[in-house]
Amino acid sequence: MNEKTMRKHRWQSGIFLLILIVLTYLSSAITTFNFMEGMATIPEAMGWIFSNLLVSQESFEKLPKILEKLAETIFMSIAATTIAAVVSLFLGVLGSNTTKVNNFLSVFARFIASVSRNIPVVAWSLILLISFGQNSVTGFLALFAGTVGFLTRAFIESIDEASQSSVEALTATGATYFQIVGKAVIPQCLPQMISWVLFMVETNIRNATLVGILTGTGIGYTFDMYYKMLNYNVVALITLCIVITVIIVDLISNYVRKVIL
Amino acid sequence: MEATYIKRKKDGRIHIMSGNKGDIVLKWTIIILAILTVVAFLFFNYAGLELGSAIRETAYNLKVMFLEPTLNHFDLGEAFYQIGITLGLAFLATIIGAVIAFFLSLMTAANLAPVWVSRTVRVFVAIIRAVPTVLWVLIFAIAAGLGSEAAILGMLFHSIAYLVKAFSEAFEEVDKGIFEALRSTGANWWHIVKSGVLPSTFTYLLSWTFLRFEINFGVAVAMGAAAGAGGIGFELFMASSFYFDLREVGFITYSILIIAFLLEVISTRLKKRYFPATTTK
Repeated sequence: MNEKTMRKHRWQSGIFLLILIVLTYLSSAITTFNFMEGMATIPEAMGWIFSNLLVSQESFEKLPKILEKLAETIFMSIAATTIAAVVSLFLGVLGSNTTKVNNFLSVFARFIASVSRNIPVVAWSLILLISFGQNSVTGFLALFAGTVGFLTRAFIESIDEASQSSVEALTATGATYFQIVGKAVIPQCLPQMISWVLFMVETNIRNATLVGILTGTGIGYTFDMYYKMLNYNVVALITLCIVITVIIVDLISNYVRKVIL
Repeated sequence: MEATYIKRKKDGRIHIMSGNKGDIVLKWTIIILAILTVVAFLFFNYAGLELGSAIRETAYNLKVMFLEPTLNHFDLGEAFYQIGITLGLAFLATIIGAVIAFFLSLMTAANLAPVWVSRTVRVFVAIIRAVPTVLWVLIFAIAAGLGSEAAILGMLFHSIAYLVKAFSEAFEEVDKGIFEALRSTGANWWHIVKSGVLPSTFTYLLSWTFLRFEINFGVAVAMGAAAGAGGIGFELFMASSFYFDLREVGFITYSILIIAFLLEVISTRLKKRYFPATTTK
């Protein structure tokens, strides 16, 4: 690296930094965000959290109801993820370059995945809420729609990555398409896929809270209800329950991931 | 001499696959997930659901949304302005998050920080990550009032948690030789970070930050709808829950889709360029 390239690098990073600063300034202007004020509210908010967001004795009376809703939310996210995984498996096999049937189906599978992934879960839940009404199925379908897109992309990537040589080997022995997919592609990618599925279960439990607030189902609805009633002790208890659930799921999936990968 | 014992099934066939721990755990994971899924459908609350008509209605709604998108309650300029707000929220949360995460991840990387500091930060980050973003935003909204401050602070927490993990992993992959060489010249900790770690990981850090920006755009839309943070998400919420205007919902969905699609194309390029071998989470 001579002096000239170093100077050029410095110049480039200067321009880059300038662009970032301009963008930051523009974003603060458009969102009327005041950096100093925002930072100043952090200690204030923390103080508020530690003085008001406490689990009190009487909030424990609500615990059975909360746990019931929490169970509904967990079941909703697991069901949405596993069923989405089955659908994504088909789409992934169709969409991957190593195992595609023909170009048209491959593009079609990728297109479906892309649309379902890029329409945010919020939009899905609001669209579905209109005709499905306030029940678990709405939340389930909203999570399902978002998960299919994400898992399909992940599955396509793992299939592309893992199975090139074994597909070639099996093709050379004259195996049929279904034999290749069933005996080489899926067994080889299964650990990777299950790891993605577990990751998605965890993400979906967190997303289910959001979907719940919008569609009036599960733990999100319960949270929203007590939040609007300003009953912060119960809000604290619900938050605590969600945190514990997510951490437990995280620990389980980390263990499984460590063993299978 | 004793013959090697071969495991056989009851009918005398030899086990072709010798099961190891990984296979067993894998099998049980799938079985448990399948059972939980079946149980889930029995547990669901089906209040007020008429599946047949709901599906027909949704199909009709989707057709109206996607084939006849129009704007009724605001004009095109306003739509761009609202998208700008959402992008701004996402950008601010990402950039502030990246700066904070950079310093935190210096404390988390195993090769740069003492073990107890790194472990404390990791536990702290895990707890932050476990609270859903929307809850953070709503909790901050009580203290800071509804608006961009609460939304950005709430989104900031998850951005930091995500980026700390990514950044510290990038730092841990820095070649040990660089540290040794710098240390032998008498460089202190900050010198090592500034002229050893930062130059060799800078592009990674940037790509991770962009990947987070892509995620944050989706989150910002969600926060607009669920936590009243403003932007295109809030318009989406109003159009679908107050005006029941499917054509407008369609227009807003299209605009979100286009932005999200552009961001995805850029981030896929970045991934292919900087992380050719690894799949990223």
